Amino acid sequence: MLTTVIISLSILGVLGVLFGLGLAYASKKFSVETDPRVDRICELLPNANCGACGFAGCNAFAEQLVHGSLDVNTCKVCASEAKSVISSVLGKELVNQEREIAVIHCMRETIPARFEYNGIQDCRSALLVNGGFTTCQYGCLGLGTCATVCPFEALYMGEDGLPHVVDEKCTGCGNCAKVCPRGMITIAPMSRDVHILCNSKHDGKYTIGCCNHGCIGCKRCEKACPAGAIAVKDFLACIDYTKCVVCGACVDVCPTGAIGDYSLFRGKQSAKWRSGLAAK
Amino acid sequence: MSFVELFTIFFGVMLINNFILSKFLGLCPFFGVSKNTKDAVSMGVAVIFVMIMASVATCAINWYFLMGHQSNLLFQVFGGTDPSTFDMAFLKTIVYILVIAVLVQFVEMIIIKTSPALYRAMGIYLPLITTNCAILGVALLNDDFAKSSASMEPTFLSYLVKSLVQGVGGGLGFTMAMLLMSGVRERLEYTPVPVPLRGIPIAFFSASIMSISFLGFTGMM
Repeated sequence: MLTTVIISLSILGVLGVLFGLGLAYASKKFSVETDPRVDRICELLPNANCGACGFAGCNAFAEQLVHGSLDVNTCKVCASEAKSVISSVLGKELVNQEREIAVIHCMRETIPARFEYNGIQDCRSALLVNGGFTTCQYGCLGLGTCATVCPFEALYMGEDGLPHVVDEKCTGCGNCAKVCPRGMITIAPMSRDVHILCNSKHDGKYTIGCCNHGCIGCKRCEKACPAGAIAVKDFLACIDYTKCVVCGACVDVCPTGAIGDYSLFRGKQSAKWRSGLAAK
Repeated sequence: MSFVELFTIFFGVMLINNFILSKFLGLCPFFGVSKNTKDAVSMGVAVIFVMIMASVATCAINWYFLMGHQSNLLFQVFGGTDPSTFDMAFLKTIVYILVIAVLVQFVEMIIIKTSPALYRAMGIYLPLITTNCAILGVALLNDDFAKSSASMEPTFLSYLVKSLVQGVGGGLGFTMAMLLMSGVRERLEYTPVPVPLRGIPIAFFSASIMSISFLGFTGMM
C-alpha cells in the first residue's frame, strides 16, 4: 500500500516538475518579441473591428501602422483625440481630415411594388428575385440590410421604410455603402450638407411615374450651380463634394425636391427635411 | 495489426462511434463554435491536430509509466520481482489531463514563434480544447489497445499505431460533425423558427435528429 502511494506521488511529482520546467524553458526559448507601439496603438484604436481600413481587424491595422507607411486617417472610425495620440506614438505629424458620414440617396414615399416579395427579409436576397420588387430599379428596397451590418448602430429603419442616419454615431466606415445592393448609400464629408437624395438613372418620365421625389435629369441644378459642382449623367444629378460650396441654389430650383439641404436640420436628417417638403 | 483492423478502427471511431453524435463527447465546442462553417472547420482542424498529439503522447506515457508490465521504465530502473507493483492505472485521468494541457501549451508557443499566420487561423481554438472531454476521451479509449487479449499480445508499436489511427479518425469524425452542424445552423438563421426555440434550443433539436440518423451505422461492426 505504502509503495503504491510513494510511486504514484513520485510519478505525478516528477512529471509535474519536468513539465513545469519544460514549459518555463520553452516560454523563454520561444518568446516572441512584440512591438510595444502596436499594443499601445491597439488600445487607442476603436477596436470595433469594422474592417473599413481594409485590414482584418484593429490589431492588423495597428501592425500596418507601425511597420508600413499607412496614415492614421485610413481609420475612419477613430476619434480625433485618439488619432493625435497615435500620431505622437508613431512620431508622425497628424494631418487633420474631415469627418465623413453616410448619406442615403433615396427618399421614396410609396413606390408601387411590381410584385409581392415573401422571401428572406434581406435586400441582397430581394434583389436576386427579378431585380427587386420596387418599380424604381435604383431606390431603396427598405429591408434594412444596411442597418443590420452597421457596427455602430448608427442606422435605423424609420417608419417610412427608409434607413436613417444618426449623425452622432455614424463614423463613415462605409460598411452600409458596401452592403447596399442598389448602391444608394455613399460616404460624404460632414460639412457638405447638400445631397442629391435620389439614385434613379431611369429617364424623367419613368421616374415621375414611380416616385414623387425622384431626380428626372432636368439639368436645372446644373445650370443654377455657381461652382459648377453638379453634373447630370444618365438622368441623375451628381454633386462633386470637392467643388460644392453648400450655397443651396440647386435646392431651390429642383422641381421635384430631389435635392436635400441638411444644414437646416442637421441632426434630424431626412425626417425633418421631408416634413418641410410636405409643407412646401 | 492488419490493414483491415486499422481501417475498422478508423471507420468505427469516425462514423459508427462518432465522438459527438454517438458518444456525446465534446458537445461544448459543437454548440459553441458551430454557428458558421469557417469557424467550425478551423475548430475541427485544431481538434484533429490536438487529438493526434494527445494520442501519441498519452500512449507513450501510459505504456512506459503507468502500466504494470515488463516495459515499465520504473520497473526496469528500480527492479523488483513483480511489475504489477508499478501498475498506476488509477492515475490515468489526472496524468492524461496534465500531459495534454502541457502539450497544447507547448505547441501553441512553437506555433506563435514559427508561424504567426497559422496561429491566427488556429491559435484561438487551441486553448479551448486543452481540457476538452473528446480529447481526454480518445486518450482513455486508446488504452483498450494496450490490453492483452486472447488473440494477440500488444506491442508498443501496435499500440502506438492503433492510437494514432483512432486519433486521426476521431478528429475527422469531429470535424465532419462540426461541418454538418454548421451547415444546418447557417440554414436555420434564415428559417422561421418559433420564438422560444430560436438559437440554442433549435440547435439541440437538429443535433438530436442528426444523432438519430447516425444510429443507422450501429451494428456495422
